[in-house]
Amino acid sequence: MEFAFTEEQEMIRDSAESFLQDHSSSAAVRAAMETESGYDPQLWTRISTEMVWPALTIPETFGGLGLGYVELTILLEEMGRNLLCSPFYSTVCLGVNSLLVAGSDAQKQQWLPSIAEGNLTATLAYTSANHWGLDSVQCLATAEGDGFVLSGRLKYVPDGHTAGLLIIACRDEGSLNDQGISLFAVPADTEGVKRRWTPAMDQTRRQAEITLDNVYVDRSALLGTEGQSGEKLKTILQLAAIGVAAEQCGGARQSLDMTVDYTKERVQFGRTIASFQAIKHRAADMMVQVECARSAVYYAACVAQEALFCNESGNNVIACELPEAASLAKAYCSDAFFHCAAESIQLHGGVGFTWEYDPHLYFKRAKSTETFLGDSAYHREAIAQVIFADSGMEQETLS
Amino acid sequence: MKISFSPEDEQFRKEVAGWLKTNLTGEFEALRFRGGPGDEHSFPQERKLWEQHMAKAGWTCVGWPEQYGGRGLSINQQVIFNEEYARAGGPGHMSHIGEGLAGPTIIAFGTEAQKQKFLPGIVAGTEYWCQGYSEPGAGSDLANVKTKAALNDAGDQWVINGQKVWTSLAHESDWCFVIARTQPGSVGHKGLSFLLVPMDQSGIEVRPIEQLTATTEFNEVFFDNAVTDADNIVGQPGEGWKIAMALLGFERGVSTLGQQMQFRNELEGIVRIAKENGAAQNPAIRQRIADAWMGLKIMRYNSLRMLSGSEDGSLQREAMIYKLYWASWHADLGKLAMDVLGPDSELLESGPYELTRLQSMYLFTRSDTIYGGTNEIQRNIIAERALGMPKEPKGRQ
Repeated sequence: MEFAFTEEQEMIRDSAESFLQDHSSSAAVRAAMETESGYDPQLWTRISTEMVWPALTIPETFGGLGLGYVELTILLEEMGRNLLCSPFYSTVCLGVNSLLVAGSDAQKQQWLPSIAEGNLTATLAYTSANHWGLDSVQCLATAEGDGFVLSGRLKYVPDGHTAGLLIIACRDEGSLNDQGISLFAVPADTEGVKRRWTPAMDQTRRQAEITLDNVYVDRSALLGTEGQSGEKLKTILQLAAIGVAAEQCGGARQSLDMTVDYTKERVQFGRTIASFQAIKHRAADMMVQVECARSAVYYAACVAQEALFCNESGNNVIACELPEAASLAKAYCSDAFFHCAAESIQLHGGVGFTWEYDPHLYFKRAKSTETFLGDSAYHREAIAQVIFADSGMEQETLS
Repeated sequence: MKISFSPEDEQFRKEVAGWLKTNLTGEFEALRFRGGPGDEHSFPQERKLWEQHMAKAGWTCVGWPEQYGGRGLSINQQVIFNEEYARAGGPGHMSHIGEGLAGPTIIAFGTEAQKQKFLPGIVAGTEYWCQGYSEPGAGSDLANVKTKAALNDAGDQWVINGQKVWTSLAHESDWCFVIARTQPGSVGHKGLSFLLVPMDQSGIEVRPIEQLTATTEFNEVFFDNAVTDADNIVGQPGEGWKIAMALLGFERGVSTLGQQMQFRNELEGIVRIAKENGAAQNPAIRQRIADAWMGLKIMRYNSLRMLSGSEDGSLQREAMIYKLYWASWHADLGKLAMDVLGPDSELLESGPYELTRLQSMYLFTRSDTIYGGTNEIQRNIIAERALGMPKEPKGRQ
């Protein structure tokens, strides 16, 4: 047990921190926000080729760096701090993870090297409903000839309008919940795929709606076994939740830091407002949540690391904690980020309510990430089901 | 960064669990899960015997260096020892002030003669300690200590006058470490000294304080020309504050992992009740139990970060939040316990005022957010030391 970063991990953090301070400043974020793609393609090229971040968790056999989930969460935390506008999260936490969890070696070989080189972005599209449970998978896959026909409408797809590769979840007609689910790797330019950017309150994140108009895909596009990928999709979503939590943790940290800096500058009643206990105590409570968020994320990252590699070098006992660890991190960090971002506006006073100052960017990011993949109540109920070893069916009946 | 323990450490875990399983039985069986905070008044004599039993097998002061009678365990093994001890229901340590505070202070700042004199009794479980810090006028404002000490004319004894308060287990202790003002006319942090004072003398009177639980584990301690030998001072006269503050650093440590295992035992008890009485079907209760479970896990990983972090003794951010976090969490757990129990939560174990264990926990958690630095003081410490916000202007003395 060594629950601290190694020197190499500290170096990854330091280089990410300085790169993002230079290239994801408030001005850069605001410029990217105004574009339809939602990011600066030149910056993305530098991230891919200079920093080689998309290659981070891709195994060396597939052209990546072969580093682990702890290293990934370090990057995500720093990206969250700086509100980086890029397809990194969707490509790595959704696309790469889906391929790592559900893809065959041939499929990994087909897609991962291009992602590692920065020539391909990817995302995951699964929900057709106004929520995130597996019963929200409502697009249909029908076997036809030597392939499948996919149809339906997918919502809230991160970077769905720009990603080159779509990982799409569909189900067999008539199947329910986690049964009958299949995953497909579908190039975005496949005939019948229609994509539309859906502008959102949080402008630092792009989401899209995707319509599958009888899209024919070859059997080689199927990841894993037909109709048997419900558990795999759960694992992908748990890994993805840990990734969001890491970003939220960074966002909460930045909300705290910029607030403390501001209160040390702002003078009222002849002293800086940072000297008032009413302010100090609220800042202290923010810091408690920030540090707890970090513990939750680092713990979940260690579990994710074991889970991703549990068939090779991973520790199976720890890997089994993935559902709990993911829900814990997502629930805690969602609440912590919202709290810190909301406090940030309040403690900035009037200027915190302006477009010019940054707190609103974090406040909006806090809400969009809280909603994404299930809010804190959703994930606490998931934990309750583990604690009580029940299926929570009575709660679902209630809702 | 990794959270799995090595095979050697897992082997050590088995050894600890095995020893406890075979030894925490027979005459000691009744002590299981007893004597923690809020239950300190239970079985004091029996718990002392248990500690002497542990000492014979080398299971006291396990983190101390071997040269001082400890076991010299690595941090990881101390974590494991404390977790297994609490998991087995090991009774609350009567010696926690001696083992966790007095001993480490003497090891760090004491003379060789003091180490020879005081450490063996702590290791053997034969000498018990209490902490003489707070006073009626020096609670959160600890530096406002008024208790005075002066050397007698012969120069061979300190003579102490004043009053301490909230002294846990003073009535069960052999020694007290006292912060006293040895420089007449000094104020604040200056002029204080750290004295080691025997409790068994006519100059000391211990009066129990009845708590809102109707039990007593804190005391008032009155010093009326109490004495201790001149060489029973740690550090130099006037260095008391420095030593007292260093000691606060010892308070954070691996024993927090044991405390969390006790919390876990409490939470599991609450989950059992919720399953039995149907509260587990209440969506609001499910959310709160999940929240408590999350909080406990996070507490564990906060501690592991704190313990894995730098060894240079500087208080890290995760160490500074520790007290505020666990105290607030535990107070919430107390309320959750009552809410899970529903109307049954009002019914006493027996009259006239015998509380159930959960009622006792519920009421006692109101002190968690006060003793050892109130939540408000903790927030000041975090804001000032971790976030670098300005100190509160001081009022006139």
